[in-house]
Amino acid sequence: MEKQPSGMENVTSYAQEKDKKEPLFRLIKRDVLPKRKIVLIYAIAIVASLLLSSVICSLFSSKNPVAFFVALFDGALGSSRRIWLLLQDTALLLGVAVALVPAFKMKFWNLGGNGQILVGALAAISCMFYLGGKMPDALLIPLMVVASILAGAVWGVLPAIFKALFGTNESLFTLMLNYIAAGLVSMFITIWVKSGSGVLVPIEHGNFPELFGSKYLLTVLVFFALAALMYVYLKYTKHGYEIAVVGDSPNTAKYIGIDVKRVIIRTMIISGALAGVVGLFLAGNIHHTVSTATANNMGFTAIMATWLAAFNPLVMMGTCFFIIFISRGMVEVRGSFNFTNDSIANIVIGLVYFCVIACSFFITYKVVFRKSGARVAKRNRTKGEER
Amino acid sequence: MSKKILSIVLAIVMLVGVCAAFASCGGGSDQIKAALICLHGDSSTYDKNFIDAFKTACANKGLTEADYTIITDIDEDTVCYDKAADFADNGFDVVFADSFGHEAHMLKAAKEFPDVQFCHATGTKAHTENVANFQNAFASIYEGRYLAGVAAGLKLVELYGDDEGKVSDENAKIGYVGAWPYAEVVSGYTSFYLGVKSIVANATMEVRYTNSWYDEAAEKTTALALIDAGCKLISQHADSMGAPTACEEKGVPNVAYNGATGKNTFVIASRIDWVPYFEYMLDCVKEGKDIDTDWTGTLANGAVKITAVGAAAAEGTQAKLDEVAAKLKNGTLKVFDCANFTVNGEHLTEYKADVDDMGDFVGETNVIKTENGVTFFDESFFRSAPYFDLRIDGIAEIK
Repeated sequence: MEKQPSGMENVTSYAQEKDKKEPLFRLIKRDVLPKRKIVLIYAIAIVASLLLSSVICSLFSSKNPVAFFVALFDGALGSSRRIWLLLQDTALLLGVAVALVPAFKMKFWNLGGNGQILVGALAAISCMFYLGGKMPDALLIPLMVVASILAGAVWGVLPAIFKALFGTNESLFTLMLNYIAAGLVSMFITIWVKSGSGVLVPIEHGNFPELFGSKYLLTVLVFFALAALMYVYLKYTKHGYEIAVVGDSPNTAKYIGIDVKRVIIRTMIISGALAGVVGLFLAGNIHHTVSTATANNMGFTAIMATWLAAFNPLVMMGTCFFIIFISRGMVEVRGSFNFTNDSIANIVIGLVYFCVIACSFFITYKVVFRKSGARVAKRNRTKGEER
Repeated sequence: MSKKILSIVLAIVMLVGVCAAFASCGGGSDQIKAALICLHGDSSTYDKNFIDAFKTACANKGLTEADYTIITDIDEDTVCYDKAADFADNGFDVVFADSFGHEAHMLKAAKEFPDVQFCHATGTKAHTENVANFQNAFASIYEGRYLAGVAAGLKLVELYGDDEGKVSDENAKIGYVGAWPYAEVVSGYTSFYLGVKSIVANATMEVRYTNSWYDEAAEKTTALALIDAGCKLISQHADSMGAPTACEEKGVPNVAYNGATGKNTFVIASRIDWVPYFEYMLDCVKEGKDIDTDWTGTLANGAVKITAVGAAAAEGTQAKLDEVAAKLKNGTLKVFDCANFTVNGEHLTEYKADVDDMGDFVGETNVIKTENGVTFFDESFFRSAPYFDLRIDGIAEIK
């Protein structure tokens, strides 16, 4: 904040010296906007993108834009089943976001969420497939929990070890592990399903019990609780502090005596294990089977949820809810608008994401055009002096 | 500021309220409601075949767009159950799902909603599960595949045949892109091969799998690999345009599945026409009659079809196909006539197929029959979904 006035002066002198070569526009970091204004900007962006989407959808069908909003809200909230599914899917995405956020805070770009979920699910299903019926579920389920957490942790720690010891690029490493995880799932299905159909029929053993008569509640409670715990972990514990310091500057971390390698490895064990827990729930509580599509691409969708929430696990509850609300609503829009593929729905979802991300960009930066550059800089300088 | 936010929130709430009011005005007709669940969208030839038939059948039976819903891109997991149950929640009378992996989830929904009919294509369990409102349906598509094979054989003769119509061993090699090494695919490529063999006796076939029902890139590269391996004609059982596109690039004739591809190298396609079943299903639901637990479409009842011959088909193909189709219809010709193929060098006299799918992958039903002096493998008789999973001589399967 204090740097800003002097930075602006540089901009001014730059503008004066190289007036002719100055680019058409430049980006300048904004002062932090008041929270209310930020919320308002987001709200406007979302409403605008949905209005635009409603027009696009009605152009491709015989329905009107109002029907779009009816279907969108109906799809997300139209019955108690739909509301529960909305909450369940939000919880699952939140689970993945919670898994990714410590790594991201450390500036370790874990793009391997999909793979970590898949191996977690595969580990649980393996227990169900080989041990189901041979031991009581009360024993089997804890075993599945351990297996999934271990599998996810291994999938998370592998790239961390290579990063810590050899400086390997973690983005590529985690991405590649996604494909290996999918390959493993394919391989095991081929071994298990002797008819060759590639479809593993749901396994009846090791299914999680219902909680208060609801098959959705357990998932919702677990992942919302994990999000709250992650908030505390990052904000109030020594580990959380270490993660933040390593993320900001590994050299500072070294200087103040933090073992950077240890922090990277420890954090990725946690990150992978938590993604494994999402896999566990997908396998044990929801699908009771596994396929290469089980992760449902949440490993990538959750990246957006964490970034939009500025890595705050409590805010992530909201961003995940928003993302799932739109995608579940769009399923109903597809049905009622008689779209016989998901392309238009994907365009709409992309459009909404685009508007939201664009406005988060304009909240952080502002565009300064060539001619007005000097004036804006001057205005900012006066503002700075006033402060 | 807070007032502004409040006013925007209020505006949105009012908008939603108006929307809800509009929504409750619609509907109200006493027509039945039907839903179709598809694994992929209409860019998949397989799903498009269902979607088109469903629309046609609904229109023929007087259902308007308000009375039916088609939902695509539904995975083969609990998402399918959620969607099927959601349709039941919303007053639908019949729900149909189009992919093999949907079965367990449809069955689960059927048990939960006994008043709603749940029908499923390619499934295997209805005849043993005894759930009154759960049905399977499929067609004896091997008849269509066989006819497509005859057209392919004629094409090979046109391209490579000598004066007597003989094709050299090198030129008699064809390729097949399969989705999964599974009875539905095995039955399909074997009947296709037998069709080719009825014209080109020395034909051989190489089969490669993509391990996916829909993977355009993999289907294309697999087809290209088969062409590189010396295959002179390609057919496929996978749901994208991958293989036909590869054939078009290489100028190799292609025999398709599920419908015409519109390509210059297109010879012919076999497909299941689902209109007869959908109409039957809708009629039963309307009249409150039971739907067949396990319905099999045939060449005779109009569910098995071949398309019009394509640009690349050999001359005289249609006439020959009409002749063969007539024999198939009157039963004088059996596709899986045991005299026409061998397994490990021997003709079959008995084979136990896994007709009752109990998850054990063990065959329990002898499917070899002898009628009018012909011993044959009776496909799609004991249940509609194919169970021919033998690997016969002349076909090389590369996994």
